[in-house]
Amino acid sequence: MSGAGLTYTRFELLRIVRNRRFFILALVFPVVLYFLIAGPNHDVKSLGDTGISAPLYYMVGLISFGTMSAMLSSGARIATERSVGWNRQLRITPLSARAYFRAKVVTAYLVAGLTIVVLYVCGATLGVSLPAGRWLAMTGLLLIGLIPFAALGIAMGHVLTADSVGPAIGGGVGLLAFLGGTWFPITSGALHGIAQALPSYWLVQASHIALGGSAWGVTGWLVMAGWTVVLGTLAVLAFRRDTKRV
Amino acid sequence: MEAHAAAGIELSGLTKTFRGPNGPIHAVRSVDVEIRHGETVALLGPNGAGKSTTIDMLLGLLPPDDGTVSVFGRTPREAIAAGAVGAMLQTGELIRDLSVRELLEMMASLFPSPLVVDDVLELTGIADVADQRTQKLSGGQTQRVRFAIALASDPELLVLDEPTVAMDVEGRRGFWQSMRELTSRGKTILFATHYMEEADANADRAVLMAHGRIVADGPTTEIKGMVGSRTIRATLPGVEVAALEALPGVAGADRRGEAVSLNCSDSDAAIRALVQHYPDARDIEISGAGLEQAFLQLTSEPEGVAVAG
Repeated sequence: MSGAGLTYTRFELLRIVRNRRFFILALVFPVVLYFLIAGPNHDVKSLGDTGISAPLYYMVGLISFGTMSAMLSSGARIATERSVGWNRQLRITPLSARAYFRAKVVTAYLVAGLTIVVLYVCGATLGVSLPAGRWLAMTGLLLIGLIPFAALGIAMGHVLTADSVGPAIGGGVGLLAFLGGTWFPITSGALHGIAQALPSYWLVQASHIALGGSAWGVTGWLVMAGWTVVLGTLAVLAFRRDTKRV
Repeated sequence: MEAHAAAGIELSGLTKTFRGPNGPIHAVRSVDVEIRHGETVALLGPNGAGKSTTIDMLLGLLPPDDGTVSVFGRTPREAIAAGAVGAMLQTGELIRDLSVRELLEMMASLFPSPLVVDDVLELTGIADVADQRTQKLSGGQTQRVRFAIALASDPELLVLDEPTVAMDVEGRRGFWQSMRELTSRGKTILFATHYMEEADANADRAVLMAHGRIVADGPTTEIKGMVGSRTIRATLPGVEVAALEALPGVAGADRRGEAVSLNCSDSDAAIRALVQHYPDARDIEISGAGLEQAFLQLTSEPEGVAVAG
């Protein structure tokens, strides 16, 4: 049945690519934002006193923001499918929960991956240049850091209605990105403590490998593993509640 | 596989109760139905009778509160996994951004031994829209695609919940033509409808449901006879109900003031006898009972009436 699951995934991807409105929003929006913010500052070699160039700093910021949105967008697709009763249609097929989850997670990752590549290219046009090792390390840790967001997207999709999922994702990503330090680092105070407990913080940390930052320490791995377990469980429970199989 | 194929569909003591705003809703009350391999059965009943809830339990979409479902000797889930069941649910739209052909390929890929997509397109009469995006289809075309999806797995059992509701006359005709093709291939078919005429034209057997119970189960012609009784109303003072009930073709009579109402098993014999014996009868009306009224009649009988089929 694994062959069948892949066909399903392939068609899921086809549908996403053909949904022009989504595709444009998911890719064009971060690109436009990047050039709007980093463009005028493209010759700022050191942002504040960080020693990091503006194009580089904003590139990684938008990568965290863009990939978070990409992962959660699977939730929007799920909520829409539920609203037209497609989930019931799937329940009278042999499509296993595993194949279903695989299709949702793989396609979300492909969109996130594309977001990363597109923003790297944008950064390169504004002069961003990093050693190959750093590109790879950052990309790798980013992809791992997106795991809890994959689960969150699925959970949201099975709990929220098609109308509320859009604002929920928008608001959620905005808040998580802010607290995670996407736009500017939150280095002190109570907010810093709260931020460190959030998965978005560690996603941003992964993206900061490009800025010379280090990979996660023990705290980072523990927080991310914890969130993965919690959100993964939530996703499975939400899915099961929504698709009570007999 | 052979032992499974010989077994049919068995619903035994199927019960489902929902929590309603004013107390429990007994949607399905201990339903017993057996469907043999190759039968075409109409599940007939007014809206709210419990047809869709019964079908949901048959398909494994809803867990019964009591009773069992057996589909060719297996649970619904097993039967679906084997590709033995295809269903057209009452409501549901198609996902968008795929062509009809692509959608069918996607669905067919989920099953162990599906039909060739081109064959399904031919059988359901949608070959001409095969390359159109699903969001561009008309209501009738969408219904036919949903029918095609039900057929994609090459199922032994086809379950259709009010399949022709959104179709026009042309679509309905084409649909039942495809169904006849499937019947000739030996498929077992169960369809829910609230139209007696549709059940009569397309099923060998009708199972009547009302208020969650089966009130009749037998050959469509016999059910039609029960349901197709006519009523003669007339203004006729001064004649006793007992005398009216003694007329040929009259099953029962009621009086309300000067008006009488005769429930007739044979309205032709009844009207002839009425005007012969009681020429004073005036304002005479003969009307068909209609399904809703027939159900009221049938459900007022103790324990419902089962017709051996």
